[in-house]
Amino acid sequence: MIPTEDLINQLAEGVQPVRRLRPPLVRASQWLLGVLLVAGAVILATGAVQRFAERSLTPGFDAEWAATVLTGICAVLAAFQLSLPDRSRHWLWLPLPPLLVWLGASGFGCYRSWLVEGADRSLQLGESAHCFLFILAVSVPLAIALTVPLRRSRPLEPRPVLWCAGLGVAALSAAILQFFHPFNITVMDLAVHLVAIALVVLLVGGLGRKALRRPAGLASHPG
Amino acid sequence: MNSTVSAPAQSAAEAALQVGLRWGLLMSQAQGGDAPAYRRLLIELAPYLRAIARRYHRDPRDVEDSVQDVLLTLHVVRHTYDPARPFKPWLVTLARRRIADRLRTQWRTCAREAQLNESQYETFAEERTNPSEEPPEERLLQSAIEQLPAAQRQAVRLLKMQEMSLQEAAQISGQSVSSLKVATHRAMKSLRRLLAADRSEP
Repeated sequence: MIPTEDLINQLAEGVQPVRRLRPPLVRASQWLLGVLLVAGAVILATGAVQRFAERSLTPGFDAEWAATVLTGICAVLAAFQLSLPDRSRHWLWLPLPPLLVWLGASGFGCYRSWLVEGADRSLQLGESAHCFLFILAVSVPLAIALTVPLRRSRPLEPRPVLWCAGLGVAALSAAILQFFHPFNITVMDLAVHLVAIALVVLLVGGLGRKALRRPAGLASHPG
Repeated sequence: MNSTVSAPAQSAAEAALQVGLRWGLLMSQAQGGDAPAYRRLLIELAPYLRAIARRYHRDPRDVEDSVQDVLLTLHVVRHTYDPARPFKPWLVTLARRRIADRLRTQWRTCAREAQLNESQYETFAEERTNPSEEPPEERLLQSAIEQLPAAQRQAVRLLKMQEMSLQEAAQISGQSVSSLKVATHRAMKSLRRLLAADRSEP
């Protein structure tokens, strides 16, 4: 334990110029723009737009997809806000309304497909395993790409940051999935999507703490 | 209800606002690498942080530990302060979270450890056998550290006496990890030499 005055002198002697963080809204927008460019290029290159246009004729699909994207955007913005010490913790609630709309709309879509196609078709596993892998495979690079800017904030409380980051990444993956999902969502699909999204949120929330480099505290004084 | 604010209260509020503005300004200069501004800021912050820490700790050593903890954390996250926003909320949130961390660790430790009182762990109960001043070895070590070149002295203080990790020490000192390793190695060698010389003297 050294005297506080000495610590102050040491800190002041070694002070280096630092690059300030830009406002969280700007940082979140830049990150989302990057995702839009990459995902947009892949979607255009694979010709997935055509399939998406066909699917968007299904009633309720537009609202559901918009809510998915909005959940992703809100959760990513919330993660950037929460990573700073002087922002309100209530940012955590920002993704909740679009999340509820998204879940409600996909639930409604399932119910409709149940009525139209019958229970037998709806409960088959079918393509669901493919969706599950798709959400995980897209989430991993997105999560890594989101950790890089969030690390720069050195959040003192990484947990809420990571929950939001995980939700944002999972929602964006689910939104991208819709371009490669050539059929209407069934009950089984919804269940599989939810499990995949929950898994991504849990993985990011659980594994990301080390990655965010939380500033360490001093050891306690002896005795 | 009295809607008018009394003159002293108003001037106190204005003074607090002035202080916050000055700290914000000093911090933005410190972000540009201005060492004197940074030193002034930290010196002014120490008593303010001490007052916050006293609300949570009874032991004065804990208070001082918390103040140093907050200062170190502030140093590491100083790039997250936005000069367009008020400084005090940034500082106070940071301080409260750091103090809460320390309290949490203490509670965890308390659950595992039993407190000893002074007489229980002394070998001899007599006051004379337990001099309260620093033992001579510690004084010798301190004076030997004082004799080291500045970079080595800083490396020893950060890495050995404050038990920081190489990364943290590199952040604070502005030296690279490898130069810190070299400085510590050299410091240890010179300390061994200095202390051996001290011992051989009568």
